[in-house]
Amino acid sequence: MHNKTIKELSTLLHSKQISSTELTRHYLDRIAGSTHNAFLHVDAELSLAQAKAADARIAEGSAGPLTGIPIAHKDIFVTRGWRSTAASKMLGNYVSPFDATVVTKFGDAGMVTLGKLNCDEFAMGSANENSAFGAVQNPWDTLAVPGGSSGGSAAAIAARLAPAATGTDTGGSIRQPAAFCGITGIKPTYGRVSRFGMIAFASSLDQGGPMARTAEDCALLLNEMVGFDERDSTSLTAEQGNAREDFTRELNQPLTGLRIGVPKEYFGEGLAADVEQAVRAALDQFVKLGATLVEISLPKTSLSIPVYYIIAPAEASSNLSRFDGVRYGYRTPEYKDLQDMYKKTRAEGFGKEVQRRIMVGTYVLCHGYYDAYYVQAQKIRRLIADDFQAAFKDKCDVIMGPVAPTVAWDLGAKSDDPVANYLADIFTLSTSLAGLPGMSIPVGFGQGEKNGKRPVGLQIIGNYFAEARLLNIAHQYQQATDWHTRTPDGV
Amino acid sequence: MSLTLSDVKRIANLAQLDMDEAHAEIALTELNGIFALAEQMQAVDTTGVQPLSQPLAAVLALPLRLREDVVTEEDRRADYQAPAPKAQDGLYLVPKVIE
Amino acid sequence: MQWEVVIGLENHVQLTTNSKIFSGSSIRFGAEPNTQASPVDLALPGVLPVLNRGAVERAIRFGLAVGAKIAPRSVFARKNYFYPDLPKGYQISQFEDPVVQGGTISFAYEKDGKMVTRTVNLTRAHLEEDAGKSLHEDYAGMSGIDLNRAGTPLLEIVSEPEMRSANEAVAYAKALHSLVMWLGVCDGNMQEGSFRCDVNVSVRPVGQKEFGTRCEIKNLNSFRFMEEAIHYEVRRQIELIEDGGQVVQATRLWDPDRKETRQMRSKEDAQDYRYFPDPDLPPLAISQDWIERIKADMPELPAAMRERFINDYGLPEYDALILTSSQGMASYYEAVVAKAGKDNAKAAANWMMGDVSSALNRADLDIVDSPVEASQLALLLKRIADGTISNNAAKKVFSLMWEAGLEDENLADVIIEREGLKQISDTGAIEAIVDEVLANNAKSVEQYRAGKEAAINALIGQCMKASKGKANPAQVTELLKKKLAG
Repeated sequence: MHNKTIKELSTLLHSKQISSTELTRHYLDRIAGSTHNAFLHVDAELSLAQAKAADARIAEGSAGPLTGIPIAHKDIFVTRGWRSTAASKMLGNYVSPFDATVVTKFGDAGMVTLGKLNCDEFAMGSANENSAFGAVQNPWDTLAVPGGSSGGSAAAIAARLAPAATGTDTGGSIRQPAAFCGITGIKPTYGRVSRFGMIAFASSLDQGGPMARTAEDCALLLNEMVGFDERDSTSLTAEQGNAREDFTRELNQPLTGLRIGVPKEYFGEGLAADVEQAVRAALDQFVKLGATLVEISLPKTSLSIPVYYIIAPAEASSNLSRFDGVRYGYRTPEYKDLQDMYKKTRAEGFGKEVQRRIMVGTYVLCHGYYDAYYVQAQKIRRLIADDFQAAFKDKCDVIMGPVAPTVAWDLGAKSDDPVANYLADIFTLSTSLAGLPGMSIPVGFGQGEKNGKRPVGLQIIGNYFAEARLLNIAHQYQQATDWHTRTPDGV
Repeated sequence: MSLTLSDVKRIANLAQLDMDEAHAEIALTELNGIFALAEQMQAVDTTGVQPLSQPLAAVLALPLRLREDVVTEEDRRADYQAPAPKAQDGLYLVPKVIE
Repeated sequence: MQWEVVIGLENHVQLTTNSKIFSGSSIRFGAEPNTQASPVDLALPGVLPVLNRGAVERAIRFGLAVGAKIAPRSVFARKNYFYPDLPKGYQISQFEDPVVQGGTISFAYEKDGKMVTRTVNLTRAHLEEDAGKSLHEDYAGMSGIDLNRAGTPLLEIVSEPEMRSANEAVAYAKALHSLVMWLGVCDGNMQEGSFRCDVNVSVRPVGQKEFGTRCEIKNLNSFRFMEEAIHYEVRRQIELIEDGGQVVQATRLWDPDRKETRQMRSKEDAQDYRYFPDPDLPPLAISQDWIERIKADMPELPAAMRERFINDYGLPEYDALILTSSQGMASYYEAVVAKAGKDNAKAAANWMMGDVSSALNRADLDIVDSPVEASQLALLLKRIADGTISNNAAKKVFSLMWEAGLEDENLADVIIEREGLKQISDTGAIEAIVDEVLANNAKSVEQYRAGKEAAINALIGQCMKASKGKANPAQVTELLKKKLAG
């Protein structure tokens, strides 16, 4: 059962060959027996109650395409019933009185929540080693990181612990773990998916998106996730381009005539040979499917690192000020006065990386540094966005390249070096800064005894609102290849 | 543009993060590493370029949407105050606030 | 050493919306603690702000009323600092691009014993959210935080530092207070904190161009406190400097019991608010269209009404200012003129600024609660104009109407009749009195005819005495002159 796609499971459910209750139980059992530390909170009773309701809907004929399908949510989305911790001690026991819009939407579609998924604390990280509740293991190689920050989501899909998962992507946090775990994930255009109920990291960059094993599955999930939300002032309306649409409608379009931009900056020195090989092989496959490759230039690519690591921490430093021990969350047990309470609560409640980013963010917003750092970064951000528009204007329809310079690294290998982690984000940051939609699909593995087990992802970047096209491109590739069907040993 | 230890302490204070001497030293090294990265930005000529705060503002007009002035919330204090570390008589309790 | 006082005001005005500026919670005063605090107000993880249209409308209305520029594009910015009554750890406010820019406030105040008119420039007015409240009643050494008020819409109105005395500052504040109530954007209830004043005070030697170091006195919620606090602070600063010290820039609170300003407990480092545009809120766009629609819906503005009073009724600027200082005053005045006629416009103004205002002040009443109705005063004015009673008699009638507090439109006539206050205007009767007085006061007559014009006053006085004050003084005077001229 757990090797079936959402599409396949939906057919089985609707034809009553299986029930949601059976399906949910099956996944709960697998979760209980797993060792990857992908899940933070599971409540079988709650899940089974939802499954029962889904079965009732299916029985009475009012079910939709996702009714009864289990889904797990990254612990950045708040949920009633299950704890919402953002993988932080600061919210270790927090239960939200409301559901995130995304959670509500999936609930309305009849999906069954399996539980909350581990991630980097407050979504800050690229390896899921920054969780207060332990690192997540990559199911392909338990000595490897799963990627981050949606490491638990990617690992859960790869280990077949759930057919669907939500992730969030601020600088690559859906795409990179999807690549490291050999699964499919998409970050939509900024403003397409409501941020209401997503614990905020960097407001102008955060976007929720689906993660699953196939592009088709992601399209089905995106159908429910996307849409204007009046509770989010950055949410786009239909008039602005965010119409509810069927993201599966173009899946079967042939790719003849597709112009694929290949940025030369993405294939430079830092790119590992084995990653490059898998990516180029994928590009060749696209040529076989009728596309043409066009070399393009995205000159500001390397600047995206300092720009992102100024803007994101700045916004985060402010977004995380609400965690002060006053109204919810962790409060330090002993304090002599108010300042003492604040300082100890936050020093004890936040992990090292989070504190580091708060420090950076606080500094760059300070009087005297604001113009040189924050404003300058926002200006270069516009230049980065312009680079993409220049490419899309008359050179190419989509852009493709690697997701990360290497395959997943060993657990513990980079955890003491924040900057090393940051540099590995080079290919995903620009897309987030520009607010463009971006996908990752599995296209092979690394090479050598160690890396040979670790997946390689291909990034597909489109212009604003081009998700249906991206999913079509990915789907056509997945019809012609089988990387996305591979299973880790022992799963 | 290098930070000093007193910068670090000042920032930690603004951010209300407790930081002892040892941690401040470590933070200093880490932060300087991060800011070394940021130096690359200074070389870029951004004369006449407007900052991009909303990503899609580069291609779309995105005026702020307004909400109608109606009361839509009701009293759910018990629910909302349930996670409070310390509360009494409906108030959140904190160490005495001195003006 | 001659000192000059420099004062600028910042007023925080709570807007009369139904719900909060960024959430749908009620802003009704007096609710049980934290029963009007939604997840957005409490800054629970995952919440986001959505701007209330009603708050923007009120800001636009205010901007139009003061002749300011309404920014076609304005930006909400985060002001970052930690305080228990500030749930997000930042306040959503406006920094570089406020919604209202410039504008003026006109008012009258007493300067060197005279009433003068004045126009003060505003720097700006911007929208922001209010913080919650700390209650310091003991919870075993802890403070209790109530977030009902957190998120209430505020308009912060900043004046240029153009005021030079406590009098002037208070008059400005009162004028602003009236205006925001006139416009319906604020209920003006200072006890409930709807209208708060922060005063920036500094001193400098007369003639010096640079401003001295200023201190900010925060959260004054009565005009009396404001006046006392300014006087105290000015004295404090002058004494300090004259003793060789330096004024330290600080925020101070007025202690009404000990009648002094105290420095607020200072933070260890100077606070850096790290303002930056709020990424959760795109810029606010205000179209010319919207502004026109609001303009069309607005009540006549004090400024326009003043112009009308000056042009249509021929009133001087000072009168116009006083009569438009509140909506109550203006509508009362217009009602009086409507009934008494334009010819009596100036008389009506005089009466309102004089007898009516004095009576209101003594009884501590607002014009809307005046026991004398506009129509009643109008009739009184007509009776003066048509000679039925003298001005002196009218004052008596007014007091009696005030005490009576009845609703009868014709109350003036009723009282005139009852008290027998009718002037003698009958020419024959007056002539008889004049003849008698001339006959009995030969000396004064001689003096007058000899060129001493003032001698007529004694004769007028005698006529008034003979008539028990009821003779029409104008007629008496005219007839005397005629007869004295021979």
